Amino acid sequence: MEHKFERPLTVAIMALGGQGGGVLTKWLVDIAQSNGYLAQSTYVAGVAQRTGATVYCVELFPEKQMRESGREPVFTTYPVPGDVDLVVAGEFAETGRAIQKGFVTPNITTLIASTHRVYTITEKSAMGDGIIDQAPVVEVASKVARKFIAFDMEECAEQTGSIISSVMLGAIAASGALPFAREAFENTIRAGAKAVAANLAGFQAGFEQGSQTVAALGAAPARTRKVLSMPEAEGPNGKALLERIRRELPPSLQAIAAHGALRALDYQDVAYAGLYLDRLHQVIRYEQSLAAKKQASTEPDAVSHEVARELALQMCYEDTIRVAEIKTSGQRMRGVRSHLNVTQQQPAHVVEYFHPRFEELCDTLPRSLGKRMLQSNSARRWMQPFLGKGRNITTTNVIGYAQLTLLAKLKRWRRGTYRFTTQTRLIEDWLAHVQAAADTDYSLAIAQCIGMVKGYGDTYERGLHRYQQILSAVEELPPQRAAALTRQLNQAAQADEEGKVFAEALNKARLENHAG
Amino acid sequence: MAERSFKKEVEQLRIGEGEVFNGEGILAVTKALLQSGVAYVGGYQGAPISHLMDVLTDARDVLDELGVHFETSASEAAAAAMGAASVNYPLRGAVTWKSTVGTNVASDALANLSSGGVKGGLVVIVGEDYGEGSSIMQERTHAFAMKSQMWMIDPPPHVASIVEAVEHAFELSEASNTPVFLQLRIRSCHVSGSFIASDNRKPPLSLREAAENPNRDTSRIVLPPASFLHEQEKVNQRWPAAVEYIQKHGLNKVFSGESQELGIIVQGGLYNTLIRTMERLGLADAFGKTRLPIYQLNVPYPLIDEEIESFCAGKQAVLLVEEGQPNYLEQNINSILRQHDTTTKLIGKGTFPKAGEYTSEVMRKGLISFVSRFEPGWQAPQDPLHSISALVAGIADHVPPRPPGLCIGCPERPVFTALKLMQKELGDFHISADIGCHLFSILPPFNMGNTTMGYGLGTAGASAFNTPSSKPPISIMGDGGFWHNGLTSGIGNAVFNKNDGLTIVIDNNYAAATGGQDLLSGKNEVRNRSTQHPIEKAVRGIGVDWARTVKTYDIGKMRSTLKEALSNKEKGPKVLVAQSECMLNRERREKPLVRKDIAAGKRVIQERFGVDEQTCTGDHACIRLSGCPSLTIKPNPDPLKSKPIAFVDNSCVGCGNCGEVAHEAVLCPSFYKGQIVFNPSGWDRMLWSVRSRVIGWLQAGTERRRLKMA
Repeated sequence: MEHKFERPLTVAIMALGGQGGGVLTKWLVDIAQSNGYLAQSTYVAGVAQRTGATVYCVELFPEKQMRESGREPVFTTYPVPGDVDLVVAGEFAETGRAIQKGFVTPNITTLIASTHRVYTITEKSAMGDGIIDQAPVVEVASKVARKFIAFDMEECAEQTGSIISSVMLGAIAASGALPFAREAFENTIRAGAKAVAANLAGFQAGFEQGSQTVAALGAAPARTRKVLSMPEAEGPNGKALLERIRRELPPSLQAIAAHGALRALDYQDVAYAGLYLDRLHQVIRYEQSLAAKKQASTEPDAVSHEVARELALQMCYEDTIRVAEIKTSGQRMRGVRSHLNVTQQQPAHVVEYFHPRFEELCDTLPRSLGKRMLQSNSARRWMQPFLGKGRNITTTNVIGYAQLTLLAKLKRWRRGTYRFTTQTRLIEDWLAHVQAAADTDYSLAIAQCIGMVKGYGDTYERGLHRYQQILSAVEELPPQRAAALTRQLNQAAQADEEGKVFAEALNKARLENHAG
Repeated sequence: MAERSFKKEVEQLRIGEGEVFNGEGILAVTKALLQSGVAYVGGYQGAPISHLMDVLTDARDVLDELGVHFETSASEAAAAAMGAASVNYPLRGAVTWKSTVGTNVASDALANLSSGGVKGGLVVIVGEDYGEGSSIMQERTHAFAMKSQMWMIDPPPHVASIVEAVEHAFELSEASNTPVFLQLRIRSCHVSGSFIASDNRKPPLSLREAAENPNRDTSRIVLPPASFLHEQEKVNQRWPAAVEYIQKHGLNKVFSGESQELGIIVQGGLYNTLIRTMERLGLADAFGKTRLPIYQLNVPYPLIDEEIESFCAGKQAVLLVEEGQPNYLEQNINSILRQHDTTTKLIGKGTFPKAGEYTSEVMRKGLISFVSRFEPGWQAPQDPLHSISALVAGIADHVPPRPPGLCIGCPERPVFTALKLMQKELGDFHISADIGCHLFSILPPFNMGNTTMGYGLGTAGASAFNTPSSKPPISIMGDGGFWHNGLTSGIGNAVFNKNDGLTIVIDNNYAAATGGQDLLSGKNEVRNRSTQHPIEKAVRGIGVDWARTVKTYDIGKMRSTLKEALSNKEKGPKVLVAQSECMLNRERREKPLVRKDIAAGKRVIQERFGVDEQTCTGDHACIRLSGCPSLTIKPNPDPLKSKPIAFVDNSCVGCGNCGEVAHEAVLCPSFYKGQIVFNPSGWDRMLWSVRSRVIGWLQAGTERRRLKMA
């Protein structure tokens, strides 16, 4: 390569903790040094190890040119914005960070990025969906980079049993951004004498993917409706339900209603699934009647769609019976083994973590007994020693499995349980509110609001309480104002666990309502 | 045993005259110390010089061969006090720490050393933790050099220059009887490069010879009247001697350039960034050939008046690139120019920002402003970022911050989970935090901790709240800080002053945050060190009556012990030692062994957690009580649900925290623990087969009934 260098070639590696940015850096330095190049690398130790993001910097310069000119280049210790030839990002949000730091510039920078995400703590700990959309970064990256290579390197590494660094190295080799032949890269892996076969496999995978132009990038997780297709029924009851749906419901609602109905069938029985469809039908008719009065919003079935979804979830609430049923199902056990990555005959014990409280116990009792127990302080005290701590049940041993199977069998008496009564009241009250709104927008807002009532323990109680607070706060308001406020409060209710934001929003709403 | 091993790299320390040494800055510094005939080395770890301590630990054999004593000091103060060996004897010594925090701790001993002066060369290698990647308050070690009158060398980030600087530092120290700071900036410590080595030198006088032939000079002891004499010596003898050495050996460099009117003075450590920035602006090439003459200030203290004057004289203006504040150099240079009636304008802060790191972007702006002011015809080339600035600004909301946090399976996590749960019950407490990994508690998801006053000062930081109250203060202290000074400044102080507060000592066997260095209370047997001294025993020894040691992963016990301590009516401090080994170090040791055992056919059980997709509510309460990197989220596979669900990824080490949290916080029943049996025994296999058959039969029955209804 007889290229005359005006300045050193700069490589910036954007790495996360434990990703092996150091390994990649060392490989690059070794490749350069064994191929007639001077190389300097720098990094800040320790930051990456503790899961922050960090930047490794490598600079290269041909030794021959240095000898001929008698001049040594001045290497930098931190990539100079606007002056970086190759940026490698081991995770997609780090790609955005590289762009922000000015490391990626037109006509200069080859950008190689892994499309997988390692979610940050703020994204993970949000009460709902805190994932930050990366689509704009994809768009900007393809505009600002000279060449943009992106694919899921984590997956490549997993498939080849290697580490992400070797996949990155393969992609670097394929990109042609560095003046070394493929063999030079491979020789360095060999010289490392550590997991050579696996690393070469990872390199190969990275090289292949990197040789293609930008792979189709995985779009950001959809915030809009999931696109659903009609599910298959397993038996005659399910088939009959699907037929009824095809016959009675508008095409745009069929798929979601089918998912809901089959869920209800699986959860209880065919009558329960029928009840689901009856309830849904009412809402559909209600929405159609509003449309006839020219009250429709942009999506003519928005309310029905949301109700179809939420109604199924509310009707198939998770009580101890349902949890036991899920935990003992064959499909779930197979899923667990696949997660644990075990071979066919390999023993793998599964220990479940339960912490049923007094409330969950009462929920599962017959209606009147459950209600009386819940109101009785002495019963609560008396049960405390049994329910005060978490329980572990091993579902891979016979006794543990049998216990849960027995619990799951209580399903046939579910309609008589205390929780079924309260849940039915909740659902019917909700549906009544949805249909009393007399405005599609307001209906939709209420339909969405029930989403916060879910789960178990604190999560369930917090959701239920906030949901009820919202309904009473918007009561008696004109529909338009009520719709907007319901949405606002719904959002505030999911802003923080402690409820500070929600309390503030609620207070503000009360004051305004009072004034208005 | 530290987190990173340098066992292989340290072999290079043995190479001799004329051979090429290839390695990182810290290794090069070590080699330079050996080439300089150092007799003793001490220090306290901390980024960015943690690895220098690790290299020295791993270089034990080489050091022993040369008769060099190396000590992992109890604190920077202890390390600095080691320098006393160079006061009476011509013994060369080096000590190292993170600065300015370490220098703060060491300053008592340093001031004494600088007052009496040294006979043998003493080099203080400071890792200047300033700018991006730094974890401490942004200050300058420069101030300490000035107040104690120690000299300071700031070499460019270039391995050969750093090695040269070490060698000169010893010579300069001896020529002027003054300890010398060698400043290593963050990115210099791990900069790679090469230099031509020379032979290692045994110290000409051994420590043993010195100890057996004691020598004493009362004029070197800091006590009146000698202390008054020292002050005179500093300015009348040692300073001029230093100036002479620096000038004679050309430690500062001048790079000539064609401009007659303008020039640049730059701190040595910033030289490389300056050149690369000038190259972008067409003011220099990438090899250092510059249009504006540059005075590279490798010794920022003391300044050489004559050199400054001669560089500036005749120029219209000189740009000073001085990072950090206050602008000591600018003040100093201005005063030199004034004294010499030099009319050259000195342009520094104002054109450059008053504070903050001088990155290439900052320098670019400063240079453009300087050159275009004094060369009106000059046009800066278009900024390559200019054309894309709108695009780049557009993604601002799509780049989530990624703060550091506790590692996968970290044993400190359950302590904070327990604290969070306890506070949910009893309300918030004043929490005095300390320095160490545990300080990540101030970040999400834990968000706790009011202040941090310095290493080991967690308990002392709560000492004012020594007042009758329903909520005694809670202090956090790491084992590192505890042994550094917390035992006396915190626990002893609380015993003596009868403070009722609770101190939680995080005992994870290592100084974990600095890279897993061994400690007094570490559980490992360590060559040449005495370990396994329990923290609970130490606090009882100092007068604490209420002390408990609890395994951190037992959140229930941790929570009840916290409540017990906070409701205890006895006078005097309560100490809870939260004990469990640092997972990073544990995994580093155990993982290869487990892999080997599995490969060798031994029966091994590995644990891993998982979350049931169907039962997870997508509320993420578990994550808000954990923050473990392996507990993450993924899109919800349920066609009816949209909120991402919790998910335990491949990196789970099975520490058990997720399950404990689910129990203690009464979360959802989604967590399960998998116990995978590798190389099962005959009994394992038989039991498994019986269980699988019975469960399979039960399952088939349920499935049959289910299908009938479906």
